[in-house]
Amino acid sequence: MSGVGSQPDSFEELAMPLFDQLYNFAHWLTQNREEAEDLVQETYAKALKGFSSFQLGTNFRAWMYRILRNTFLTSRTGLKVTMTVPLDPEEDGPELAVECETPETILFERANRELLQRAIDELPMYFREILLLCEMEEMSYQEISETLSVPIGTVMSRLSRARKTLRDRLRPQLQEGAGTVAIAKGTNHGL
Amino acid sequence: MVCESWKAKLDTYVDGELPSEEMRTFDAHVRSCPSCSADALTRVQMKRAIQVAGKRFIPSAEFRKRMQQSIAHKPQRSFRLGWVLAAAAVVILVVGTLTSAYLGTRSGRDRVFSEIADLHVETLASSSPVDVISTDRHTVKPWFQGKIPFAFNLPELQNSEFSLLGGRMTYLDQTPGAHLIYDVRKHYISVFVFQERSLPARLDENSLSPKKRPFNVETWSQGGLRYFVIGDASPADIDTLAKLFKAAS
Repeated sequence: MSGVGSQPDSFEELAMPLFDQLYNFAHWLTQNREEAEDLVQETYAKALKGFSSFQLGTNFRAWMYRILRNTFLTSRTGLKVTMTVPLDPEEDGPELAVECETPETILFERANRELLQRAIDELPMYFREILLLCEMEEMSYQEISETLSVPIGTVMSRLSRARKTLRDRLRPQLQEGAGTVAIAKGTNHGL
Repeated sequence: MVCESWKAKLDTYVDGELPSEEMRTFDAHVRSCPSCSADALTRVQMKRAIQVAGKRFIPSAEFRKRMQQSIAHKPQRSFRLGWVLAAAAVVILVVGTLTSAYLGTRSGRDRVFSEIADLHVETLASSSPVDVISTDRHTVKPWFQGKIPFAFNLPELQNSEFSLLGGRMTYLDQTPGAHLIYDVRKHYISVFVFQERSLPARLDENSLSPKKRPFNVETWSQGGLRYFVIGDASPADIDTLAKLFKAAS
């Protein structure tokens, strides 16, 4: 993504391939189409202005996401979010032990897309963004750490809590179909 | 439970973030352990489900066109042109290395100080200058937890003329930091704290440019953090507040 190999020679060539995913991420953050468009527009304007200071060979994608996120955090909506959703105090704590679970394989097979989208929507912003960066954008822990400006240990613990919160929120919504879980249990053999 | 230590690392495993040696060991374990295998499968499926569900919003064609137009034909870096100019630049660079290094550092420093001054003025001009309003350092300091990637100490102000008004998050060159506002005899003083390594220019204790500035500024580095104290208060007040911070850190 840094452009080292292909040597793109303009901001447009580097930035436009990220347009769809940045817009998608912006919409997830703002939860509003117009605000997402404003956020993306401001992000591109800032990035274009600061492009001369961007160090080629470093991670352009993480740089763009960082600008977008920082722009969001200083926006009215972003400030409201950060003021009303405090982070778990054990930010740098050890990764949480995994609790013994019901067969979530079945749970997620049963979860339709809308249900999952609604559950992600309802996550606190810090959890929502880290889950999307990891799963949807397939960023490495290092890239996420650069994007969010937090240590890798924090990336790991926050991801772990985000996943647990999502599972906990989905579980009751899916329990109505729990009777069918036992039938599907036999599919859960392993990788 | 034998598997507890494995299960604690399952997320890291399915994210492919374990060191390669540990990854191989984990692979072998997962193949032989039905419980960990089932858990790993669950997590992989969850990842896939989120990946699919996450791709939800598509920009309109009209918005895409507008963005393309706004950034098209504005190449900020032309490598081809850069190569042509490189030879000529070498000569200039050799001759002017020392001078440009000095000027570059100074201009980088000046830019940082200008931005710090801008942030100070912008904040005071704002209708809501602080996001956390409190005179209690034990309220203000925890407010920053999780919002900025470092921790810092606030000084005890008893028996001093300074009072804490509150704090807010701020950004300098996309680097998150803390902005605290103090009052001393009706003068507002901003204290900024950033991670030293994230700042765009190297600054030292005496890096204030000699040219006249509209504010008094003091800066120093301590424990990997860069502090700026800026305001229209007297140099003595700025220095006193800086000393209180140095003592607290």
